[in-house]
Amino acid sequence: MLAYLIRRLFAAAVMLLVIILVVFSIFFLVPKWAGVDVATSFVGKQADPAAVQAVREKLGLSDPIYSQVWEFFKGIFAGRTYAAGGDVTRCAAPCFGYSFRSEQAVWPVLTDRFPVTLGLALGAAVLWLVFGVAAGVLSALKRGSLWDRGAMVVALGGVSLPIYFTGLLSLAIFSYGLKWIDAQYVPIGQSFTGWIGGMILPWITLAFLYAAMYARITRATMLEILGEDYIRTARAKGLREQTVIGKHAMRSTMTPILTMLGMDLGALIGGAILTETTFSLPGLGQKVLDAIKNQDLPFILGVTLITSLAVLIANLVVDILYAVIDPRVRLT
Amino acid sequence: MTTQRTSGRRKQAMAAAAVVAALLTTAACGGGNSGDSKNGAAGFDAANNKVAQASAAKKGGTLKFGAAQDADSWDTTRGYYGFMWDFARYYSRQLVTDKTEPGKAGAQLTPDLATGLAKVSDGGKTYTYTLRDGVSWEDGKPITSKDVKYGIERVWAQDVLSGGPTYLKDVLDPDGKYQGPYKDTSADHLGLKAIDTPDDKTVVFHLPKANSDFEEMLSLVSASPVRQDMDTKSKYGLHPFSSGPYKFQSYNPGKDLTLVRNTNWKQASDPIRKAYPDQISIKFFSNANDLDQRLIAGDYDLDLNQTGMSPQGRTTALKEHKGNLDNPVSGYIRYAVFPQTVKPFDNIHCRNAVIYGADHVSLQTARGGPVAGGDIGTNMLPPSVAGGEGQKYDPFGLAGANKNGNVAKAKEELKACGQPNGFSTTIAVRNNKPVEVATAESLQASLKKIGVNAQIDQFDGSQTTGIIGSPANVQKKGYGIIIMGWGPDFPSVQGFGLPLWDSKYILPSGNNNYAMIKDTAIDGLFDQYVNSLDDSKKTEIATQINHKVMEGGYYLPFVFERFINWRSDRLSNVYTSDAYSGMYDFVNLGLKSTK
Repeated sequence: MLAYLIRRLFAAAVMLLVIILVVFSIFFLVPKWAGVDVATSFVGKQADPAAVQAVREKLGLSDPIYSQVWEFFKGIFAGRTYAAGGDVTRCAAPCFGYSFRSEQAVWPVLTDRFPVTLGLALGAAVLWLVFGVAAGVLSALKRGSLWDRGAMVVALGGVSLPIYFTGLLSLAIFSYGLKWIDAQYVPIGQSFTGWIGGMILPWITLAFLYAAMYARITRATMLEILGEDYIRTARAKGLREQTVIGKHAMRSTMTPILTMLGMDLGALIGGAILTETTFSLPGLGQKVLDAIKNQDLPFILGVTLITSLAVLIANLVVDILYAVIDPRVRLT
Repeated sequence: MTTQRTSGRRKQAMAAAAVVAALLTTAACGGGNSGDSKNGAAGFDAANNKVAQASAAKKGGTLKFGAAQDADSWDTTRGYYGFMWDFARYYSRQLVTDKTEPGKAGAQLTPDLATGLAKVSDGGKTYTYTLRDGVSWEDGKPITSKDVKYGIERVWAQDVLSGGPTYLKDVLDPDGKYQGPYKDTSADHLGLKAIDTPDDKTVVFHLPKANSDFEEMLSLVSASPVRQDMDTKSKYGLHPFSSGPYKFQSYNPGKDLTLVRNTNWKQASDPIRKAYPDQISIKFFSNANDLDQRLIAGDYDLDLNQTGMSPQGRTTALKEHKGNLDNPVSGYIRYAVFPQTVKPFDNIHCRNAVIYGADHVSLQTARGGPVAGGDIGTNMLPPSVAGGEGQKYDPFGLAGANKNGNVAKAKEELKACGQPNGFSTTIAVRNNKPVEVATAESLQASLKKIGVNAQIDQFDGSQTTGIIGSPANVQKKGYGIIIMGWGPDFPSVQGFGLPLWDSKYILPSGNNNYAMIKDTAIDGLFDQYVNSLDDSKKTEIATQINHKVMEGGYYLPFVFERFINWRSDRLSNVYTSDAYSGMYDFVNLGLKSTK
């Protein structure tokens, strides 16, 4: 188990390194090849040559790409100092870059926004797991019934409707129209009920999409498993239906669900861009969209790395959980 | 119990269905009020170039701004967004500033920190100011002439404090001899020769060459005082040190900003600012439509960005809350420009062919129509700028006989250009401006009728400076038509047109003279303008420059932009000002109720 973990962590580190190299190339080399000076995107409309040169110096944009990558790595462990024109900016470790647009180090901003995104992802995940899996199981057990057909039509709707539509519609109905929910984000430390009030619509909107997918997957998997020999044997042994479904069928059904959950949560933790933008939630997704609009490369790079890290960790956790759910799986 | 619950759910479902139905059918409904308000709003256009509810302002309360975009920087040296300049008067003062009056009067200068407007001597090359008594920083220390000088010197530190306007640097030190306060080796870091501070109350500017708009440049927030011991250099924008009636309490970039009263500011020292609210807050939204709905719901008082409501919010507001809206001219002109370095736009007749061939009504519609887009643009000087003639000057008949395009005239011009069957070209448009993309498509469609085949290239809008700001790149990419917009930095032909039309402003990078205009007559008129101290003469020259630009056929103006802005029922003393391109003048906004 320990050897497995070490091997996986090493693989994750290598993967992160590759991601950093690819992202660096996309952000810093591709514009260069296209003849665009990245430094000019950091200055205003009266671009003074001194300003452009200072940005180049501060960000080390004239250095070879390997040197830039090395400085970035070094900064994560030892911090970085950016100096130009008599101004010195210290970015303390772990320094994942510094934005000269907003004059902020990337890491503190991301850690400040991370709880919003985490709260959104986890809250929505609870909802979609409860409702999605339950709907899928019930549909499988009542195959062909009105419930099954109804649930799958709703699921189809959930999968088909984009978040910006369901999000805006839910805001229009429940917040602007009926005024049942204020739907404005309030930090949890400020007011717990306010936080719930601000998060409930984003949770439901996000969960509606994912619950639909999970319901369809759960139904298909459950139907397949209910036809397996060991389920027939369990029933033949006279086990109660609740035990057959709850203990035997569900356990196998959970394996693909868990795989999906790992990937979905990992991706969402990197920022649920559409949901956060629609509901103006100050999370990572909102920040990365803002960074993309402003070509704020250090933030785009930072969020990309966090997303990659979250996906890698989530997958590792899922792989470990396989062994817990399915006794046939051994981590070696 | 069960029955009641079911019944309750049914009612809720019916209510929800009714709301959805109402939302979906709103667009089909006509009517709406004509401007009168049942809720205390002042009426449609009530604050457009006039003051609405002036007497209702009370001291106290929190003025709530919402915004879809944060400032480029709140550092007075670095900010360039129009709304930032407007907002910065809450926490910064200048020697002179714009009058707190509506419309054109608001664009006139009035003393702020100074006791009066400049004493101009030496043929317009020396400007002298004396500071008022009682002017102080947020810690109570007096604002001195040295603070004013240091604040202005910061403009020279472009390597650290990039982003803001550099007019003062260009006028006071055209040869770039001074290196800025951070590289200044003198003991007090006040080595700029062009500014003298003989005592703590006197500031004297020595211009190497007269510039009649110099005082306008001093009214920009980039001329605000900054105290040396409070200068955090590149981080100053995160918490500027206040010289105005409000100071920063907290600022989380992209999330929120709160100003509270600066208790050391003295009303007696400030003839401009009334400082009605106790607190001023900004909440940043990522969904512009959400912001508009919150404005309509009364959660916020006005939009900080002042660039008009989103299409959805605008539709609802125009139908149901017209009395809360104003429809000012923004001061911006939206246009297409023809770089002469890209063939066949080196030929004036080919340029004229595109101007005549375009369907101007269709372009106006693409911009949002006459209310949300603006009046058809007929020339290149905004009506709010001295010398601007609005639609009265229409040399191509764009708002008259040729408003739907004149195919016959366009084909004549094509013949004269040696391209009787038309030609192919590329329209460059920013990909992050949907309305500009719509105008590019409209132009593309109308040009087809005259045989001009235009491909649209949507370039990365955040890289504008590097992509269309590089003449070499424009030529390489074959951008024959560039879609852009421009507004005045200060309301004069110099503040609007100098970087666009003067050949000295053609730069290898960060160029704004996209048309590559090298006309000695235009350059000469600008020289005359900056040397003239006579306002009527300046206005006359501004008109002449505009005529020369139009005669050159370098531009196809689309609209004199208008927008629809929201003001809440709570607001008082509201008016739009030409100093801020038709935005509300923020600094003296008040609340009718302090609750």
